[in-house]
Amino acid sequence: MLDHELINRTLSTALSTGAEFAEVFVEDKKSSSAMLDDGRVEELTSGRDRGAGIRVVVGDTTGFAHTADLSEAGLAGAAEVAAAAARGGGGGTRTVSVGSHGTSAGATAKIPPEDVAKTVKVELLARADAAARAEGSQISQVAARYGDSRRRILVANSDGLLAEDDQIRTLFSVSCVATGDTGLQTGRESVGRTIGFELFEETDVTELARRAANRAITKLSARPAPSGTMPVVVGPGGGGVLFHEACGHGLEADLVAKSASVFADRVGEQVATPLVTLIDDGTMAGEWGHFAIDDEGREAAHNVLIDRGVLTDYMWDHLRARKQDRPSSGNGRRQSYQHLPMVRMTNTYISNGEDDPDDIISGTESGVYVAQLGGGQVNTATGDFVFGMTEAYLIENGEIGDPIRQGNLIGNGPETLRLIEAVGNDFAMGSPGTCGKDGQGVPVGDGTPTLRVKALTIGGTAA
Amino acid sequence: MAGRNGSTNTHLLDVATRVAGWADRGEQVEVFVAEELETEVRAYAGEVESFTSARSQGIGVRVVANGRQGYAYAGTLDPAALSETLQEARDNASFAEADEFNGVAEPDGVDPVEFDLFDPSLDDFSTDDKVALAVELERCTLGADQRIAGIETAEYADTRCESAIATSTGITSTSRETGCYLATYAMAEAAGETQTGFGYSIGRGPESLDVELAASEAAERATRLLGATKPQTSKLTVILDPWVTAQLLGIIGGTLSGDAVQRGRSFFADRVGEQVAVDDFCLVDDATNVDAFTASAVDGEGLATRPNSLIDSGVLRGFLHNSYTARRGATSSTGSAVRAGFKGAPGVGSQALALRPGTHSQQELIAGIDDGLLVQGVSGLHSGVNPVSGDFSTGAEGLRIRKGALAEPVREITIASTLQRILLDVTEIGDDLQWLPMSAAGVSLVVADVMMSGA
Repeated sequence: MLDHELINRTLSTALSTGAEFAEVFVEDKKSSSAMLDDGRVEELTSGRDRGAGIRVVVGDTTGFAHTADLSEAGLAGAAEVAAAAARGGGGGTRTVSVGSHGTSAGATAKIPPEDVAKTVKVELLARADAAARAEGSQISQVAARYGDSRRRILVANSDGLLAEDDQIRTLFSVSCVATGDTGLQTGRESVGRTIGFELFEETDVTELARRAANRAITKLSARPAPSGTMPVVVGPGGGGVLFHEACGHGLEADLVAKSASVFADRVGEQVATPLVTLIDDGTMAGEWGHFAIDDEGREAAHNVLIDRGVLTDYMWDHLRARKQDRPSSGNGRRQSYQHLPMVRMTNTYISNGEDDPDDIISGTESGVYVAQLGGGQVNTATGDFVFGMTEAYLIENGEIGDPIRQGNLIGNGPETLRLIEAVGNDFAMGSPGTCGKDGQGVPVGDGTPTLRVKALTIGGTAA
Repeated sequence: MAGRNGSTNTHLLDVATRVAGWADRGEQVEVFVAEELETEVRAYAGEVESFTSARSQGIGVRVVANGRQGYAYAGTLDPAALSETLQEARDNASFAEADEFNGVAEPDGVDPVEFDLFDPSLDDFSTDDKVALAVELERCTLGADQRIAGIETAEYADTRCESAIATSTGITSTSRETGCYLATYAMAEAAGETQTGFGYSIGRGPESLDVELAASEAAERATRLLGATKPQTSKLTVILDPWVTAQLLGIIGGTLSGDAVQRGRSFFADRVGEQVAVDDFCLVDDATNVDAFTASAVDGEGLATRPNSLIDSGVLRGFLHNSYTARRGATSSTGSAVRAGFKGAPGVGSQALALRPGTHSQQELIAGIDDGLLVQGVSGLHSGVNPVSGDFSTGAEGLRIRKGALAEPVREITIASTLQRILLDVTEIGDDLQWLPMSAAGVSLVVADVMMSGA
């Protein structure tokens, strides 16, 4: 993507104020999307973002600048700004020679989306629209969206690292509105993979549309959600959001380093019931949070964070790992070349337990079954977290009963981990997500088998 | 308003006008061009943790031909990228389906308000001064209260944005603005328990920033939650802090967009002229209000912004429109086209919402409540609120109100109702209207019969 000599000269400029570490991150991203709404293919959008971010580290100070100008002058200008921002004194000249190590991965897509005619993409939307509307006259509105992106990155740093990756992602979503005597309700389904257009060989968009439509129709007869604390069973796949919020963010080393996490200083401790093994794994080929190298050039890794209830490690990026004199765990990610990397999750999941999912439900006298979760949010310093339920049912006498309306659940991370009392053997990955932290969004995946939390607080309106 | 940066502004308009001028016969082209300079300084442990300096620019092009619309963008103003982007938008349009109401905006004779959102003193504010402010903010936050044990972030940030819009229908507009803020996120600790609170100060230029205010607000918000426990579930009256009210108004604003209404995604559809809120509820969206941090003389399509009364004395007056929803609804644009940068075509939405304030301070409102809850912060609005159905459920933290006074702090609770009911359950609106760094002003809002879910 960039000439090696030019990279070396840029890194030397970045080191000119005496920095101990400098890095060039180059990104060339092409995106395209098509949107159907209100029965029509409304608009196709395509765009290109290309540029470089230059990071310079002196002691505990990081200087950062970015530019869309990849010429020698543009890169030198950004390197000087970043270097000036991180003045370490000393100065002098250091030459850099990149290329001594690092991974270079090519695109793994079988069918690159850019090779697929726009008419083919648009036709998917129309099929989804028709399938959703055919589910019932209650379906009053359908929006379907197709999106793909190809993100080529190059990372080079003053340690000599040079690594490249070519990341292709494809996404499809359907959102339906159902109208009835009780008002309007919504249902959404999405699928996203780090693969090309072959996504649609394994995913039937009409099936996706039917599920979204039925979710909206089912919710028309939903009762107000209960309020108060009770057992909650989360269906396969969806529960990943719960762990993403309950403890995932709290295990990010940047927050731990500032003691802004309830999990700080707790490695080696039993933080969850022995049923819980939590893994963050950027190597899961095809999953939404997958990549060959992270945005600091480190290879993706399979990291066990909680092993049978015992906290084994945090997630690390370059900066935080360097301070602890340990390797990064491949969790340094950024939204784009315009952003500084920080510790982020990739694909975060709970591995299979031994319980039969049917037994988990039938063993619940009364409570709530959450079939689909929405997003969530956590305050890592207190551990309090929320997540939304976008499809949920009451459990009465061990059976799934009436649907309930949308709302949030709230709990406390460390407490919730100690209240996981059943983990099923039906592991599944959940829907593609965008994790937001500090204003940056990155694609993440998650997964869980069916599981039961002894007590969570349901944010409903019914007494 | 003349300024040293007028030339850059002209440059952006030149680019936009040039590209719009490439429109073919029978084709409409709208060009949005933007340039932004940003600085962000974070302080930690008395040092600069990170210093980011960035200049970014980009172009977004919308093409409408034969009723079909396409859009393309590029994160550069490189001459080669301009024509490529137009070509790509044209190509995209050819794959969309025709809609008779598609089109870019046409000049409507409404003059934009004249105001100055650009503080030239930001250009003279040195890097060293910015660093000093961030470091001072961290120091003040840590020193604001003995129980402040640490900070998550303390930062100074500023931005200097310029943009231009030109269309083949004859619209040309430019805007430029500056903004800067201080934000700090404090952690308070007592008896092994941690609570957090944020504080901020915002303005067009550095003189308006108040370090002490941001620091003391963060410290107060964090420390007053220390000792918080999870209360029993009950139905009660809540006071939403201005910050929370502003977030609620933002969601209600979304349901009043002409787009949501026309596509059957708003529970307000067909209700114009009806009583949808209590008598005291008067909601206006007005980007011409210079006090709003989201103030703007022109909207995302280059038309003049204007004050729009949405709910007056509880009666629904109308919806917000851009040029598309106006044509489709056989009405006029309300100057409510909004766009999130150059990466997408303009949508329609609220820009600067405010409720008409009442006459009582928050303290007086508290004094009038026997058993209630002051909601200091909410979480998970994106996951627990459904603006289509109106279901409203959010994580919350705050202080109980007992016999007219603030009492013990509470945490790990949710509050729930529906948006429809909240509007009818408002019993009082405070006098403490304040513009916040979002597209709405905050004010203390008293809402009865809200379910607080706890133990």
